[in-house]
Order: sequence, then structure tokens, then C-alpha cells
Amino acid sequence: MDGSGDRMRRALIWSWTGVVVIFMYLPALSLFLASSTSSRYFGFPITKWGFVWWQKTFDSLEVHQLFRTSLAIALCVTVIAVVIALFGALAFARYEWKGRSMYQKLVLLPIFFPQTVLGLALLLYFNALGFTMSWQTAVFAHLVWIIPVCTLVISIQVYSFDPALEEAAFDLGATRWQVFREVTLPVLFPGIFSGALFAFLLSWGNFPLSLYTTGADTTLPEYLYAKMIAGYTPGVPVLGTVSTFGAALLMLVGYLMIVILRRRRSGGANVN
Amino acid sequence: MDRIAKIFRPGPRHAIPVMVFLLLGFVAPLVTVVLYSFVPSRTFDLWQDWSLANYAEIFNSSSYIPFAWSLGLAVATVLILALVCYPVAFGMTRIFGRYATLVTLLFTLPLFVSENVRIYGWILFFIKNGVLLGSLKSMFGYEPESILFTTGLTLMGMVYVYLPFMLFPMTLGVSMVPQQTRDAAFDLGASRWQVFKEVDLPLAMPGIVIGFLLTFVLAVGAIAEAKVLGGQRIIPITQDIETAFTYAQNWPLGAALSVLLMLVVGTLVLVVLRRFDLDTILGKK
Repeated sequence: MDGSGDRMRRALIWSWTGVVVIFMYLPALSLFLASSTSSRYFGFPITKWGFVWWQKTFDSLEVHQLFRTSLAIALCVTVIAVVIALFGALAFARYEWKGRSMYQKLVLLPIFFPQTVLGLALLLYFNALGFTMSWQTAVFAHLVWIIPVCTLVISIQVYSFDPALEEAAFDLGATRWQVFREVTLPVLFPGIFSGALFAFLLSWGNFPLSLYTTGADTTLPEYLYAKMIAGYTPGVPVLGTVSTFGAALLMLVGYLMIVILRRRRSGGANVN
Repeated sequence: MDRIAKIFRPGPRHAIPVMVFLLLGFVAPLVTVVLYSFVPSRTFDLWQDWSLANYAEIFNSSSYIPFAWSLGLAVATVLILALVCYPVAFGMTRIFGRYATLVTLLFTLPLFVSENVRIYGWILFFIKNGVLLGSLKSMFGYEPESILFTTGLTLMGMVYVYLPFMLFPMTLGVSMVPQQTRDAAFDLGASRWQVFKEVDLPLAMPGIVIGFLLTFVLAVGAIAEAKVLGGQRIIPITQDIETAFTYAQNWPLGAALSVLLMLVVGTLVLVVLRRFDLDTILGKK
């Protein structure tokens, strides 16, 4: 192929990707800029830089409570979602069985569904059952969407899992539980870990499902939304920036852990 | 006995927890919505005289306008995203090499920050004296009108929010095109355009279609973009549904509107998903 045309095309695709990445991060940049001013109102260019509002936001007792609620929901969702999704993923990708293709599609349905409508449907449902909305109902609501996502994420790892490993362990006299603990779980761990990371972060950032199902308990995204429509306060950009950095940090740490895990096991049967 | 033995084979056995949960958490709530849509208007009790009155009310009103806006904006979002994402997806598989992971992480991160917070970032960017207009003013003394609260910006917000949902399935699709097949086509004298049309596009189609479907469905359900960025200039159907459930306190009407939306989305999803073998899309390395 002609070298210069090819180089040109590569450069074009790189620059286009750069433009799209910038587009994706302009809002985060704007939030960061708005959070680092000392004045009450946002105006650009910033005249008085400072982190006064960060201090004020972190000292707020209300914000502490919001963090606790969001954290409680996200942790519960992560634990339950990973356990159910691990089995779901084995059924999705490990075993051949009649009805599997149907099952795979059913699992995907909640992902292919508008979340606002799902949130309202769950509100009606809980109400018909006579439940009072609280953070527990929100955990349930998040799970409806996050279990399928988690199943999908873990399934991708399960696809590259070699069933012969389990069979070999059985042949050597291991019990079902031993095989699960000593073979299946360690081999699938990177997938399970990414599944957990997805579950936690998606629950932490979720708004449409929380809005209708948390009742009197308020999560961070709900609080931010209420503040946003009530008028400008610099606390919103501060918390927005904190969420972005927090998620980035968690993702980076998670990614590095997976890389290290894979390195350690490279040379084994299961590199990918 | 035979039936029971079948259920306890490893495959179905592992599927039980997910299936039970989705039955209780997804199917049952949707059934509740369908039931509620037959209950008399402005009531909250499920067990009373059922009728089609709510549907009659919808068909006699101008509800088709928000429906049309939602569907129209969703179609526009999908088409724009297809053009925006294809070069990136192509780059991810064929050009970025070891940087592909970094690019993937960069596109994943926004998913974890609440959608409304990110949309709010756009407000700070576009608002008068905000990042864009403030910079223009101080650097060039140029003060254009803010484009905030327009339908165009609603569309931009939707393109922004749903971009990763198009990009990732599309990348999966593009990675299913074997490089050898492309090389062979080039060796046989095919032009770039021919390779794109005859090799790249058809072989990447499963991923592309899934990306289309996912972004379309999510975009039909969009609500925050029109409310926050669009300044309520247009009302999408989801906002009508939300209003019925909240301010208007008319759950049966909201339920009937939801059922209609679910019919559109559900039919599309079922028709498209039926044609795919998910193993080849997800499992193939």
C-alpha cells in the first residue's frame, strides 16, 4: 500500500479520536474549573482561584450522610451482583445447554431498556407490594440493571476459560467445592474483579433508578440533581469533580491490579 | 422426574439465580405497569374495574408529538454516533496498538460519573460567561448568543451521553473483521471504498447493529438532556411519563404511556436480538 497515504490516514484517525476524547472531557474540565474559584458565582476566566468550596463541601455533614448512603447502596449492589452474575456468566458462556441462546437474550433485556421507565416501573411494583421506598429498595432496583451488565462482563472472561482445567481437577479427585475454589474462581478472578468494579461504579453514579426508588434516603447523584435545578452553588462542581477523579482513580487501580494478575499468570494456559 | 433432572444439569442450574431475580425484578414490575394501565385514571388501587380508558385518552390527545420527538431525536443520535464512532472503532482495532487499552479506559470513565452531573458540565461550558463564551469574550472581545437551551444542544447532549454505548459494540464488530480478508481483497485490486463496502461493513455488521440498537433504545429513554440542556423547549415522551407519575399523580396514564413506549422498544429489541448469535460476537477472540 502507498506509504504516505496510509500515514495520512493514520494521522487523521488519531486526530479524530483526540477530538472525540476532548469532547468527552469538556464537561469534566468545566466542572473542575468551576470548582476551583473562590467566588460564589461562576464566571470565566476565573479571577479568584482557590479551593474554598472544596473545604466547605467536605465539611458539610449533609454531604457525609450522602456519601454513606451512596456507599452502602453501591457496596451491597456489588456483593450481590457479583455472586449472582458469576453463576449467570457460567450459564451464559461455560456450559452448553438447551435454551442457552434464549437465556442469553433474556439476560440482555434489562440493559436494552430505558432506565427512567424501569425506575418508574419498579416504583409502581414496590408500591403495589406495599413496600416503603428506602435505600434497600434502591439496592434491588440497581441490581435489576447491574446484574445483567455484570453477567456480561464476567462472561467475556468465561469464554476464554478452558473447561479441561475443571475436568482435570475432578479426575484428580477434587470435590465440587474444591474445584470451584481452587480452579474456577482463581482462573476467572480478573473477570470477576472487573465485574465488581463495574457494579460498584455504575451503582455509585446511577441516577434514573435511584430517583424513584430511594424514598427518603438520598444518594449523591440525586442530591446533585436537586441542587442543580434549585440554582447555582459551587458545591455541585466540587462533588462532580470529586466523582470524576474518584472513579478515575478506582478504575486505574483496578486496571493495574488486573494487569499484575495477568502478568503473574502469563505462561499459564490462560493468558487472556 | 426427567424434567427435574434436566433443570439440575450444570447449565440451567447456574442460570437459576439470575432468572429468578429477573423474574421478580424485571418481568414482575413490567407486568405491574401493564396492569396499572387498565385501572381508572387518577387512582392508585390495582384491583378495580379495568378498561382501556387510559389508552383512549392518549390516542385522543396530542401525545404523538412527544413520541415523535423521542423517536426522531433517537434516530438522529444513532446516525450521528455511527459517523463519529466508526473511525475511532477502526483505530482501536487496527491503528492504536498498545494504546488501545488507554483509549478504551478514557471512553469508559465517563460512564461511571452520573449522567446529570456531566450534562451540568456542559451548562457551565456553554452558559453566558461560562468556559466557552467567557474565553471568547476575554480573548477576542467577541460576545455571541449562548446556544444553551436549544433543540440542537439537546441532540448534542444525547450524542455525548450515549457515545460509549455505540463505540464499544462497534469496536467489537470491527475486531471481528480478519485482517487477512482485508489484505486479500486489497491484493485482488479492490479500492479502499470497495474493501469498506464489501468486507469491513458486512463482517462488522453484528457489532454495528448491536451498537445501533443499544444507543437507539437508551436515547428513546433519554430525559435529562431535553430538560437540562434543551431548557424544556421540546418535551420527550419520557418526560410526559415522568410528569404523569409525579406532578399529575396520574399513575394509570403514566403506565399506559410506558406500555406504548415499551411496545416500541421491546418489539425492536426482540426482532433484532433474535437474529444474533451472541457467542460469536462476545466470545470470539
